[in-house]
Amino acid sequence: MERLTFWQKLYLPEILRGLAVTTRHFFANLLGQRHTVTQQYPEQPTRVSPRYRGRHRLMRKEDGSPRCTACMLCATACPALCIHIEAAEHEDPTVEKYPAVFTIDELRCVFCGLCVEACPCDAIRMDTGVFALAAYKREHFLYPRNLLLGDEEPRHIAEGRAPLD
Amino acid sequence: MAKKLTIDGKEILARDDATIIEAAHEAGIVIPHYCYHPKLSIAGNCRMCLVEIEGRPKLEISCNTRVADDMVVYTQSPRVIEGRRGVLEFLLINHPLDCPICDQAGECGLQDYYMQYGLYHSRFLEAKVHKRKVVDLGPDIVFDAERCILCTRCVRFCQEITKTNELGLFYRGDTVEIDTFPGKRLDNKYAGNTVDICPVGALTSKDFRFKIRVWFLQETKSICPGCARGCNIFIHHHDGRVYRLKPRRNDAVNDTWICDAGRFGYKAINEQRLLHPMQRQGEAWQRVSWAQALAQVSETLQRHAGAVALLVAPQGTNEDCYLLARLAREVLSAPQVVLYPGEPGDEDDLLLRADKNPNTRGAQDMGLPPPVSTAQLASLVAAVEQGQVRVLYAIDVNLQQAFGADTLARLAGHLDCLVFQGANTLPGWEQAHVALPSCTYAERDGTFTNFQGRVQRLNAAFRPRGEALPAWQIYQRLANALGQSWDYPSAEAILADIATRVPAYAGLSYAKIGDLGCLVGTTP
Ligand code: SF4
Ligand code: SF4
Ligand code: SF4
Ligand code: SF4
Ligand code: FES
Repeated sequence: MERLTFWQKLYLPEILRGLAVTTRHFFANLLGQRHTVTQQYPEQPTRVSPRYRGRHRLMRKEDGSPRCTACMLCATACPALCIHIEAAEHEDPTVEKYPAVFTIDELRCVFCGLCVEACPCDAIRMDTGVFALAAYKREHFLYPRNLLLGDEEPRHIAEGRAPLD
Repeated sequence: MAKKLTIDGKEILARDDATIIEAAHEAGIVIPHYCYHPKLSIAGNCRMCLVEIEGRPKLEISCNTRVADDMVVYTQSPRVIEGRRGVLEFLLINHPLDCPICDQAGECGLQDYYMQYGLYHSRFLEAKVHKRKVVDLGPDIVFDAERCILCTRCVRFCQEITKTNELGLFYRGDTVEIDTFPGKRLDNKYAGNTVDICPVGALTSKDFRFKIRVWFLQETKSICPGCARGCNIFIHHHDGRVYRLKPRRNDAVNDTWICDAGRFGYKAINEQRLLHPMQRQGEAWQRVSWAQALAQVSETLQRHAGAVALLVAPQGTNEDCYLLARLAREVLSAPQVVLYPGEPGDEDDLLLRADKNPNTRGAQDMGLPPPVSTAQLASLVAAVEQGQVRVLYAIDVNLQQAFGADTLARLAGHLDCLVFQGANTLPGWEQAHVALPSCTYAERDGTFTNFQGRVQRLNAAFRPRGEALPAWQIYQRLANALGQSWDYPSAEAILADIATRVPAYAGLSYAKIGDLGCLVGTTP
């Protein structure tokens, strides 16, 4: 490693240099407001890139039923073991299997996106852009099937209750 | 005379009448196959087992070609691999590729060989033939005609093993389908084995369907406790819960089969369990600690010394029975010991035995008395009613079946203490005054001796549920509460003791018993 020069060891000149940069931006923005990068969240909605991995959602077939076949590949791929699926027998023999229960523990999720990659039928996506998943209780982070399918708005958080299945 | 041949450059000695696939498997060379099954006749219809034999122009199927002297066989040559690929492509032409919803995924012959030998892109442009799906063939069997590769293993099983002939092949060409004959259902006592031998997901078990993906399951070698046969099984479990039992091959006991009654016996591990020591106060049960429960039992046993009866079902392992026999002999003063195997059940000449206990023979080898019938329990009833017996310690016994509900209620009134020990809440248990939870065969090590005199091993698949303990630990704690100082650290240590004290079991150890068991003589 290169040795620090005497001038660098003093530190003070570098600190003053940094302060000068800050002060320059402060006055530039105060007077001209040209370089502001701060977003006025939550008053202004934030922008996320299309590839941003937000809260999950489940997709539907054309007839409106869940696209998921309960193959459990997402649950297998999930490193956080936070996807809980209970499969059941569908009355239509060509469908055969469907998820009677599909719950994601969003608190335990690490938002890696492996579930989305594992799904053979594009039934699960993370393109909602929802990242503000605050709630008052751990149970409120258990997102059941109807919330993931978008049948119900996740109002439970504001209302401070567990999501209804 | 043995035949000497070369397979993949390895010199092999094979039985005279062996086929190439048998000789290869014996030598540890695995040849892919679907229709071949070691316990069924040869069908030779799937063509997956192709091998190259020097001097023969075409590839031959190894399951139906006998070995010959100086034969030179290749199982991995480029021609063979090309052949297998072709066969696989044909088998998959009309296949629905249902893997995401197919219960077989993860243990499927088609998936496995596709990954090993297939790896082609489909060249099939025509429409696939569609067949029936989710066909109800029997009480536990669902059939999917599209997934079936028509290997006829299931048909041959019903013809040759159960001889019940429910299944046949119907129609022709690419519309051919497996089905039951008109008016028949696939409901024989061994029907579940067809699901095991189906190499693809065409036959699935209603009981297991969709419960869990097979790759989550762990496997533990064990012994079915359903009857005196002691079929070798695998326990498939996940997270302390058993999902299914599968047969484990043991040619001396059960070949590769188990009966359906045994197959569904696993439910007793998950349900209706006695999980905590309990005491009854009036009508209400109260959970107590092991120390409290054992203090009460040992105190009553002491107070009524000489008026104690042990009523034992031969469900316990040899280790349990050995300690129980020691407890009766050395600690309690001459209790009456009654070995009660319950009512006999179905028996046939395939597997099922009328004695529905796994260890009637071992219990006697360990020093418990010969079994009595339900009628012979009358003398015990009389002894209780005349006050000669004041404490009845019932172990794994279905009390309701043994005495009938009315007599049982009367007995409970006469007795000073009725102790029930078991893994499950068997009918009649609620009449007891104290209940001690023992663990099931899946949660413990031990050995059973089957009706042939074969000692076979149980292995603990997971920790006991609740506060249940292996029965031998309960006996050890009781003996110690009554002034002994037994200190067996494990079931294995008890077997080591048995091996020095019981002549017929001399020299036995868990290592020696191994996976397939060990025959012992009768104890004189
Ligand atoms: S994003 Fe990752 S952690 Fe979250 S559910 Fe999907 S696989 Fe599991
Ligand atoms: S991987 Fe897709 S289809 Fe399979 S269970 Fe998950 S969401 Fe459903
Ligand atoms: S039988 Fe095998 S290949 Fe066919 S759908 Fe089932 S798992 Fe997939
Ligand atoms: S159902 Fe299974 S065992 Fe029977 S013929 Fe079809 S693939 Fe073979
Ligand atoms: S295993 Fe030889 S033809 Fe099927």
